[in-house]
Amino acid sequence: MAGAGGPWPSTSPSSSSELAASGMFVPSRTAATVLCCICGVAMAPNPANTCVRCLRARVDITEGLPRHAVAVYCPECSSYLHPPRTWVRAAPESKELLAFCLRRLRGPLSRRVRLVHAEFLFTEPHSKRLLLRLRVQREVDAAGGAILEQPHVVEFVVHDRLCEGCSRAQANPDQWTAAVQLRQHVAHRRTFLYLEQLLLRHGAAARALRIAAAERGLDFFFASRSHAARLVDFVSGVAPVRSRSDKQLVSHDPKSSLYNYKHTFSVEIAPVCREDLVCLPPKAAHALGNLGPLVLCVRVTASLALLDPLTLRVAFLDAAQYWRAPFRALLTSRQLVEYVVLDVEPDDDPDLAADAGSRYQLAHAQVARVSDFGRNDNIFTVRTHLGRLLSPGDYALGYDLYAANTNDLDVDGRKGLVLPDAILVKKSYEEQRRRGKQQRPWKLKSLAVDADAGAKSGRGDEEKRSDEYEEFLRDLEENPEMRFNVSLYRNKDYQPSEMAASSAADGDDIPSVPLDELLADLELSDDDNEEEESGDDGGGGSMEE
Amino acid sequence: MATRLQFENSCEVGVFSKLTNAYCLVAIGGSESFYSTFEAELADVIPVVKTSIGGTRIIGRLCAGNKKGLLLPHTTTDQELHHLRNCLPDEVVVQRIDEKLSALGNCIACNDHVALTHPDLDRETEELISDVLGVEVFRQTIAGNILVGSYCMISNRGGLVHPHTSIEDLDELSTLLQVPLVAGTVNRGSEVVAAGMAVNDWTAFCGSDTTATELSVVESVFKLREGQPTAIVDEMRKSLIDSYV
Repeated sequence: MAGAGGPWPSTSPSSSSELAASGMFVPSRTAATVLCCICGVAMAPNPANTCVRCLRARVDITEGLPRHAVAVYCPECSSYLHPPRTWVRAAPESKELLAFCLRRLRGPLSRRVRLVHAEFLFTEPHSKRLLLRLRVQREVDAAGGAILEQPHVVEFVVHDRLCEGCSRAQANPDQWTAAVQLRQHVAHRRTFLYLEQLLLRHGAAARALRIAAAERGLDFFFASRSHAARLVDFVSGVAPVRSRSDKQLVSHDPKSSLYNYKHTFSVEIAPVCREDLVCLPPKAAHALGNLGPLVLCVRVTASLALLDPLTLRVAFLDAAQYWRAPFRALLTSRQLVEYVVLDVEPDDDPDLAADAGSRYQLAHAQVARVSDFGRNDNIFTVRTHLGRLLSPGDYALGYDLYAANTNDLDVDGRKGLVLPDAILVKKSYEEQRRRGKQQRPWKLKSLAVDADAGAKSGRGDEEKRSDEYEEFLRDLEENPEMRFNVSLYRNKDYQPSEMAASSAADGDDIPSVPLDELLADLELSDDDNEEEESGDDGGGGSMEE
Repeated sequence: MATRLQFENSCEVGVFSKLTNAYCLVAIGGSESFYSTFEAELADVIPVVKTSIGGTRIIGRLCAGNKKGLLLPHTTTDQELHHLRNCLPDEVVVQRIDEKLSALGNCIACNDHVALTHPDLDRETEELISDVLGVEVFRQTIAGNILVGSYCMISNRGGLVHPHTSIEDLDELSTLLQVPLVAGTVNRGSEVVAAGMAVNDWTAFCGSDTTATELSVVESVFKLREGQPTAIVDEMRKSLIDSYV
């Protein structure tokens, strides 16, 4: 155990091996044994010329090292106090805890000895003790500069004390200092369903103390302003929003110049959603190079992607541009009407026909409203951008401008604007779905949202809500690019039915989610709400199938 | 027999004394106990002489000698030289030499037949050593140390060397000296063996820190138990008395 420093035989082994390699004669040196000067046992000579046991009996290098220490522990958040006021989260017997304990001992340790090794000895958790076994080295002057190494056990007594955050949470868990009011002034909740999945996926609202549903939006409550600001940042990265922040003075300590504020962020999402039909105001149309003016919103991210279905031109409008001259949707996706496609003829205008890579292709289509079937012979010939997708006999969803009663000033104010009879938006799989209604092999997680206290809840609301959710799930099935940012989890209850197998064999292509996109759910045995949430936000934490 | 003693609270007795088979030099100390210990052991056999060399008390490190002669460094004063010539027996040649390395005790280790010297000593000095002390001279190192006088202690019966001396070196040295050698320590692990002890063919003086183990090593390697001038007589007397009673 006694290592040895100091002047050993003058030719060190490395230099003598180098000399031997160079062909020089090196006399061999066999170390003689000497007798320990105290007990007389034969041993190799060392700087003290004393055997280890005698040396150990004479000098104790752990003299003056602490044998007891105190660690303050918060049982709520399982973290340890690093004075003066930092709390370090550490699991039992973890690397972090070891680092913490050693940091507590650093002063006396580094002054006296060199630390070589440290490990925990097992202790019962309710013993409130941590046993740390160290191996320390120290040069002993009394032993002629020999370096001794010795084990040393330090006992930490764990004192429980709630940390500031936890004690505040214990007093009143709803004590928030920052709130984010996220709103979109539209009649449906599609945006929020999608946003919920994004927040789950990225864990953007994991720090929220409470999430509450509100009229046309959600309220998020946070313990600190920075957490709220982070959510606002996140949302402004995924949706065209405008936000403002306000603060209210709660208390003020003029002596120490402390101010306590409650912060509120008001975040408004642009009311234009995916698949909405927009009649661009003249200014906006001009700014986008005379786009439209009738355009479809095909994608909503931090900017709006607007597609002119008659020319296939796509323009992007970012949040700043949008909020400079905001506009509303002419018709929204709730007003979609189902059409039967009677005939499709691809457009052969080379200027307008899309190139091979594009998803869209201009075509002339003859369509009739499904509701008209068997009543009248109203057939509309329309231009559509879905030439690649539609074929005769298909069903498509579109806006019925023929029957629509718009009161949009932009439409009315435009002279010489001829509205087409219908604008097809997407292919409809309604018919196939009606034929074979089946369970989905996947499911989504959801945020724990408190119900809106002020809203009156009726049966109609409940139905509308589940309809919207179903619609959202279908959207996810039909749009791979929408799924891109959403974590889908395997539904354990799902059993593939025979009918599903036969319908698949028919070649009817209801879009569905490939199984390899699904994630296995991370489930912990004692899963309460909180833990589920923490499982949620780690999309990477759950295993990919 | 080996004796433990101190010179004014210092255990390095070899520094303050020079012991040979024909005389003993002792430094002039504040107290008389150091001198009287030597006196008690040696007075009826060899002269014990109090002296200084060059005005200093570290006489053991400054001079080198055996029963035939004594070499003194050039720092020795005429008065000291006269004093030593007067006090030492007539057959002991006392010689002051001009050597750059004036701590002759550190540079020369000798018994009555062989001397090991510092490798850098002058050639004239080497000749003087062999003439005055009547010895064969070998330039040597002990465990890589050039101060052979400090790190080895030899008598006509044995020798103690630095504890790090390898077995090969021990073999070589004992072949040169024709006495058995042992690697060992004095004064509780001190490697400077010649500073910690003074030894001749029948007695040894060690620093008072020397442990019983070290003392027994010293006694066995220098063969002190049977080596006293009166040992044989004592042994015979004991057996005679035994049988008589």
